[in-house]
Amino acid sequence: MICLRAWRWLAAFAFLLAASALGISPARATSPPVPDATAPVTIWHAYRGVEQATLDALVASFDGDVNVLAIPYDAFGAKLAAAIPLGEGPDLFIDSHERLGDFIHRGLVTPLPPETLEEAAYAPQALAAVTLPDTEGRPRRWGAPLSMKSLALYVNTDLLPEAPATLEGFGELTETLPEGVFPLAWEANSAYAHAAILGAYGIGLLTEEETFGMRGDGAERSLTLVLNLLKAGVLPEDADGALVTDLFRSGKAAAVISGPWLAGDLPDTLHYEVRDLPAVADAARGRTRGEGDAPALMRPLLTVESLMISPRGATHPRAAALLAHLTSAEAGRRRARDARALSARTDAPPPSADAFLRAFQAQASLATPMPAVRAMRAVWEPASRAIRKTLRQDMAPERALEEAARRFRDVRRPPPPPKDPTVLLTVLGALSLFGALTLVHRARRPAMRARLRASLPAYRYVIHGVLLVGVLVLGPILVGAATALFAGQPHQMYYVGLDNFVDILTARSGPLFASGSFYLVLIVTVAWTACNVVLHLAIGVTLALVLSRPLLKLKSVYRVLLIVPWSVPSYVTALAWKGMFHRQFGAVTGIIEGLNDIFGTHLEPIAWFATFSTSFAANLTTNVWLGFPFMMVVTLGALTAVPKDVLEAAEVDGATPLQRLWHVTLPMIKPTMIPATVLGSIWTFNMFNVVFLVSGGEPDGTTDILISEAYRWAFTREARYGYAAAYAVLIFLILAGASTAGARWIDRSKERA
Amino acid sequence: MNKKQILNNALSHGLLLVAVAFALYPVLWVIALAFSGETTPGARAIPVPTAPTMDHLREVVSTTRPTPDGGTAWLFGQQLANSLLVSIATALVGVGVAIPVAYALARFEFVGKSGGMATLLATQMFPAVASAVPLFIMLEAMGLLNTRTGLILCYASTSVPFAIFQLRGAFETIPVDLEEAAMVDGASRFEAFVRVVLPVAKPAIAVTFLFAFMTAYNEFILAATLLSDESMFTLPVVLQRFIGEYDAQWEAFAAGALVVSIPVMALFYLLQKHMVAGLGAGGVKG
Repeated sequence: MICLRAWRWLAAFAFLLAASALGISPARATSPPVPDATAPVTIWHAYRGVEQATLDALVASFDGDVNVLAIPYDAFGAKLAAAIPLGEGPDLFIDSHERLGDFIHRGLVTPLPPETLEEAAYAPQALAAVTLPDTEGRPRRWGAPLSMKSLALYVNTDLLPEAPATLEGFGELTETLPEGVFPLAWEANSAYAHAAILGAYGIGLLTEEETFGMRGDGAERSLTLVLNLLKAGVLPEDADGALVTDLFRSGKAAAVISGPWLAGDLPDTLHYEVRDLPAVADAARGRTRGEGDAPALMRPLLTVESLMISPRGATHPRAAALLAHLTSAEAGRRRARDARALSARTDAPPPSADAFLRAFQAQASLATPMPAVRAMRAVWEPASRAIRKTLRQDMAPERALEEAARRFRDVRRPPPPPKDPTVLLTVLGALSLFGALTLVHRARRPAMRARLRASLPAYRYVIHGVLLVGVLVLGPILVGAATALFAGQPHQMYYVGLDNFVDILTARSGPLFASGSFYLVLIVTVAWTACNVVLHLAIGVTLALVLSRPLLKLKSVYRVLLIVPWSVPSYVTALAWKGMFHRQFGAVTGIIEGLNDIFGTHLEPIAWFATFSTSFAANLTTNVWLGFPFMMVVTLGALTAVPKDVLEAAEVDGATPLQRLWHVTLPMIKPTMIPATVLGSIWTFNMFNVVFLVSGGEPDGTTDILISEAYRWAFTREARYGYAAAYAVLIFLILAGASTAGARWIDRSKERA
Repeated sequence: MNKKQILNNALSHGLLLVAVAFALYPVLWVIALAFSGETTPGARAIPVPTAPTMDHLREVVSTTRPTPDGGTAWLFGQQLANSLLVSIATALVGVGVAIPVAYALARFEFVGKSGGMATLLATQMFPAVASAVPLFIMLEAMGLLNTRTGLILCYASTSVPFAIFQLRGAFETIPVDLEEAAMVDGASRFEAFVRVVLPVAKPAIAVTFLFAFMTAYNEFILAATLLSDESMFTLPVVLQRFIGEYDAQWEAFAAGALVVSIPVMALFYLLQKHMVAGLGAGGVKG
C-alpha cells in the first residue's frame, strides 16, 4: 500500500514538472504574427454611455476596417494580460496612464514610434504622465493622451451660493445649512481622494525615490483635519461613491468632491457649479516664511486616459493611422462636445460656453499626474487602511502611518533571487523515472493485469470524463500550482525554489500572528468555513424537511421564493447587503430606528465594519443568505430517494417523528449530503466574492480569508502570481489534509458502529 | 386533519414565512433600486422605489446593434439567447459526462477508482485564481478562444466534479436489485442502466442539471476573458458593463439582475415538478 501511494505521488510530480516546463517557458510570444494591411484594426476599451458612443462615432469616420470591443472594466486588465502575450489581444486599447508602469513591465505595451505625437499640442502634465523609462532607462512616450480626469468641487448653488474658500470653512456651515444637510461629502476613506489634501501639504502618496510618501507632520495633520470634520458632522461617515452621488443628487450634501463622471448621474433640475477644490488653511500655517500667506490649494491626482499600442499593434500597418485619427485635434473637440471629456490637447479646448469642462480644465492645471511606476500599486492598500483606521479612531495618525509604511515596505520587498533548478530537476527526474519503472513493474504483475482487465468495462463509462476534466481542469491547475515555484511576471518567470512558501510560512519574517499573517488568516478562514457550513446545513435541511411534509399547501410557491437568493446574480445582492449594513443609511439601521420608535427603546445603530465580530457577522449573514438555497435544494433532491414505506413502517413500529428523522431519514440522505457538505465546505473556504464585496477585509484586513489574501497578492498589490500561487497551493494542502482526516474519521466511526 | 396536524401545519407555515422574508428582503431592496427614478439616502426599513420608473429596465433590455445588411438586431435578445444556450449546453454536457462516470463509481470496482475520486475532489480545492492564465493558454492552443464552444467546455468541465459526486450519491441510494432484475430479464448492463436506473434517478439528475446550469449562468470573468465579440457575450458580462472604473449605474445593474434571474426561477419551477414526481413515485424500494 505504501508503495502504491509513493508512485502516485511520483507520477503527479513528474506531470507537474512537464506541465510547468510547457506552460511557463519564457520564450513564448516574442514575435507576434505580422497581420496584413487589410486585416481590421482591433481596439478594446471599457468606456460606457456617451464616451462609448463618441468613440464609436469617431471609429466609424475612420477610413478602414475596425473591430471595437467594449469590455467590463472589472475584466479589462485580466483580459489584456491573458490575451496580449499570446498575440490574441487588441492592436490598440484605451486605459488610464497609471497602469503603464505595470503594462510596460509585463510587455503589454510598446512605446509610440517617434514623431507620432504632435508634442507641442499636448498639455505638459498629460505628456509627463505617459512618459516612462523603457527597460534600458531611456524615457519614452508609451501612450497617446486622450482625456484628463481629476476631482473637483461640485457646489449646489441653491444651498450654497458662496462656497467657502478653505476646507476648514465648510465646518462653519453646519449651523447655517438646513437640518440633515452635510456641508461637504467625499470618499474620505479613499487614498485617491485624500491625496488631494496631501497635495495641499506638498506631500505625494509616493516619493520620488519610490518610498511611501504619506509620512511626517503634514500627513498626520491632514488626517487629523479630516477626522475633526467627521467628528463635527461636516462629512458623512464611510461615504462610498454611490453615497456621495446620492447625497448630492438629493440635496443632502451642499458640496461634494467628485470627478467628471458624477455629472451623468445628476438630474437637470439640480442647480450646481463646478469649482476648484478649496484651499487647506492648516497646510498654509506650517509653511516656511517666504512662501507668504498664499493659500495651500488641494491638488487632486490627475488621470490621463491614453490610447496604447500592443506589441501586435506595433506591427499592424493601419494601427498608427487609427491612432492618429483618434487623437487628432478634431477628435479631441468632438469628444469635448459630445462626451464632455476634457481633451489632453491644448488645441482642442472646451467650448467657451461649457463652464463645466472649463472648470475641470482649470482644476487639471492644478492637478498632479498620478505616478505610473509599479511601486504605486503597493501604495493604495496600506494608505487606505491607515486613513480608515485614523478616521475610525482606532489608531492615532502617527502610528497608523508608521504601520502603513511598514506594510508598503513589506509588499515592496524585492522578490526572491533566482535559484538553480538543477537540483530539483535531477531529483524530479530520478523520482519520475523510479515512478515509471514501478508503474511498469506493477502493471506486469499477473494479479494487477487481471484487475486491469476486470476494470475495462468501467473505463468505458469514465474515459470521456477523465479526458474533459484532465485537460480543462487538472491541466491548468497543475500549471498554476507549478507557478508557486517561480517569481516574476507571467511569461518572464524564473525559478525560486520553495522561497515563496518559506516567506508565507514564516509570516514574512514578522510576528507569526501579526495582522495579515498566514496563521491568523487561516484561523479566521477556518472559523468562517465552520460557521457558514453549520448554518447552511441547519437552515437548508430544516427548510427542506418542512417543505417535504406531504400535507403542506403552497409548497411549490415557497420553494421558488426560497431559491430567489441563489437566482439573482450575487454581485448585486452582495452589494445590496453591504448597503444594508451602512451605519448611517443602511436598512439595518432603519429597522433599529423603527424598533426604537415602536418600543421606545434606545438601541444605537451599529458600525458593522468597525470591529471584527460585527464585520464577520455581516459577511456571515450575507453568505448564509446566499448559500442556504443550495443546501435546501440538495436536501430536497436527496429526500426524494427516501422510500415512504420505510418511514411508514417505522411509524407503525411506534417511532416518534424525531426518532424517524434521526434513525431513518437522515441516514438515508447521508450519501448525497456528505459530498454536498464536503464540497460546500471547500467552496466556502474559497468564497472570495462575499468577503471582498461586503467587508472588503474590514476592519484592517482582519476579516480577510486566505483566498482574498491570495487575490490581493495576485491583483492589487504587486502582481506576484508566484506568491499568489503559493497561497493557492497551501490552501489546497490544508483542504486536502482536512478532507483526508475527515474521511478517516468517518471510516473509523463506521467501523465502530 | 386532527388538531396536532393543524398545529404542525401552522408552525411549518410560520417557519417558511420567516425564511421567505429573510430570503426576499435584500432582493426587495434590489427591486426598489431597479425601479427608482432617484435614490435618496436615508435609513429606511421598508424598501419602496422613489419616483418609480421603468426607464432602467427599458435601458437594459432595449440595446441594439447594427447588422451587416444595414438593419439593427436586438442585442439584448441575442445575449439572452447566448446565456441560455451556453448554460443549457453546459448543463447538458456536464450532466451528460457526469452520469456514466458517477454510475461507474457507484457500481463498479476498478483500478484507479479511489485515486480518481480523490483527484476529483482535489480539483475543487484548488482556487481558480491560480489556474486562469494556464486555462487561457490551453484554450488558445485548442483554437477555442472567442467561441461559445470553448466557454461551454470550460464551464462543463468545472461543473463535472460536483455533478459526479452528486449523482454518485444518488445512484448509491438506488438498490442494485432493480438492475439485477432487469439483467435477469435479458437486458445488458448498459441497457439496465439506461432503462431502469436513469428514470429512478430523475429527481437527482434534475437537481444536478440546475446546479450545472447555475455554474454557467452567473459567471462573468471567464466569459469576459474568453469572448471578444459583443454579439457572443453572455448576460453577466453585459451586466458587469454597468460597473465602471469610477462610478456604477446601480439602478440599471439592479434592473438587469432582476431580468437575468427570471430564467433561473422559471427553470427551477419546471424542474421542481420532476423532483415532486420523484417524491410521490416511491418506486425505490429497499
